[in-house]
Amino acid sequence: MNAADTAFVLISAALVMLMTPGLALFYGGMVRTKNILGTLMHSNILLGTVSVLWAIVGYSLAFGGDIGGVIGNLDFMFLNGVGTAAKEGVDNIPHLAFMIFQCMFAVITPALITGAFAERIKFSGFLLFTTLWLIVVYCPMAHWVWGGGWMAKMGALDFAGGAVVHMSSGASALAAVLYLGRRHGYGKQSFIPHNLPLTILGAGILWFGWFGFNAGSALAANGLAASAFVTTHLAAAAAAFSWIIVEWWHRGKPTTLGMASGAVAGLVAITPAAGYVEPMPAILMGLIAGGLCYGGVLIKSVFKYDDSLDVVGIHGLGGTFGALATGLFATKAVNELGADGLFYGNPEQLWIQFVSVVATWVFCFVMTLILFKIVDVMVGIRVSQDDEIKGLDVSQHSEVGYQL
Amino acid sequence: MKKIEVITRPYKLDEIKEKLTGLGIKGMTVSEVKGFGRQRGHTEVYRGAEYQVDFVPKVKMELVVEDGLAAEVIKAIQAAAQTGEVGDGKIFVSTIDEVIRIRTGETGNAAI
Repeated sequence: MNAADTAFVLISAALVMLMTPGLALFYGGMVRTKNILGTLMHSNILLGTVSVLWAIVGYSLAFGGDIGGVIGNLDFMFLNGVGTAAKEGVDNIPHLAFMIFQCMFAVITPALITGAFAERIKFSGFLLFTTLWLIVVYCPMAHWVWGGGWMAKMGALDFAGGAVVHMSSGASALAAVLYLGRRHGYGKQSFIPHNLPLTILGAGILWFGWFGFNAGSALAANGLAASAFVTTHLAAAAAAFSWIIVEWWHRGKPTTLGMASGAVAGLVAITPAAGYVEPMPAILMGLIAGGLCYGGVLIKSVFKYDDSLDVVGIHGLGGTFGALATGLFATKAVNELGADGLFYGNPEQLWIQFVSVVATWVFCFVMTLILFKIVDVMVGIRVSQDDEIKGLDVSQHSEVGYQL
Repeated sequence: MKKIEVITRPYKLDEIKEKLTGLGIKGMTVSEVKGFGRQRGHTEVYRGAEYQVDFVPKVKMELVVEDGLAAEVIKAIQAAAQTGEVGDGKIFVSTIDEVIRIRTGETGNAAI
């Protein structure tokens, strides 16, 4: 047991907790005035529901004893046996510290999906969906990658959640918008962000919290944490810059939304790689991620799916790129528990990463489609057209964000 | 009595107000409005998607003056608000039947 490590992991958990309200602001600024509260609610209420669910059963399913490489057992249900002593395999911090750090990841991951179906989802359906999704999508994914499941055994590298958090939310977002359909007025009305300063503030909070997310994933106050901290920052910085350069060239103006979106794209891309790559490859990954995700958000206008706030373009594509790039740039010089990538003489790692990408996309996409169908039949998943036109704030919550 | 309504560029508001207070105008009502005329709108870009925004922000000033003062006031407003570019706005003039000061019950020119 190490006091410094424990302090660092607890502080990191608090940083990751702050990302969820940060994400709420990031998304909230991009919707129309009538949906601001509904959008803030989608992220923030998950702090309520997912945290409790995690303590009751989620943590055990993800990190309990391995059953066939697929799911954890129920030994840690109700946090049974999760106390101040260390967890087997993580001997430097209390088991409770590890559990609560992981809890914050479980909270923000379904919150990421909410950007896709913003402005049209029914609140009761949303709550049921995220609850089911946590159990049947997130917990298995977390188990496969971090809980000793088949992806970990295969040797897939995912330092802080490229597959578990970003690809899973991106793939689920795509399934969600295809099931749900486009917002009323799509293509006829302009869905212009109502308050970009909120979005910029949210992006700043996300960037800040991401140090807990990535550096904290070292689970110790050591050199690896410092390395992950630096790669995280550099990738975000490079991507914020490359996004505005690309859009400046493409549309003639650099935008603040582009700067914020680029930073998030860089953070997403570096997440799986943060503890495996050196600083210069991190900058390169950020530069590529900014331009790539800019292209990613344009795809939706070609295929006419209404991914309202670009979860597929940024988290899906950015996470996929990050996972594959980890297979290129990873080096044991940074993390001896990791592996070498293609550029360090191990092409097989890229193949392993590719398999994890395909498996994550297929699993999360299919499961989300099934869950949407189930929820739709049980309680309904989309608000009525009347309610959608009124806005989620009044129709779902009986309040409005701005009294002017 | 005449009611003068002006719709013009927001940044011209202070200049117009100063000119009018110089002429002895003692009150006016100002609101922020949106609309379009020959100037049409502008383009906004969010994450690479272009949106045509038709309604541009303008200010609307409303004031009521004695008949004898109207011509001079209109001239002053036009002089202050004019840039010569499309988008300078419009002045609407109409006749007012009656004005009542709520506090005292005064009517007509005395109530302006």
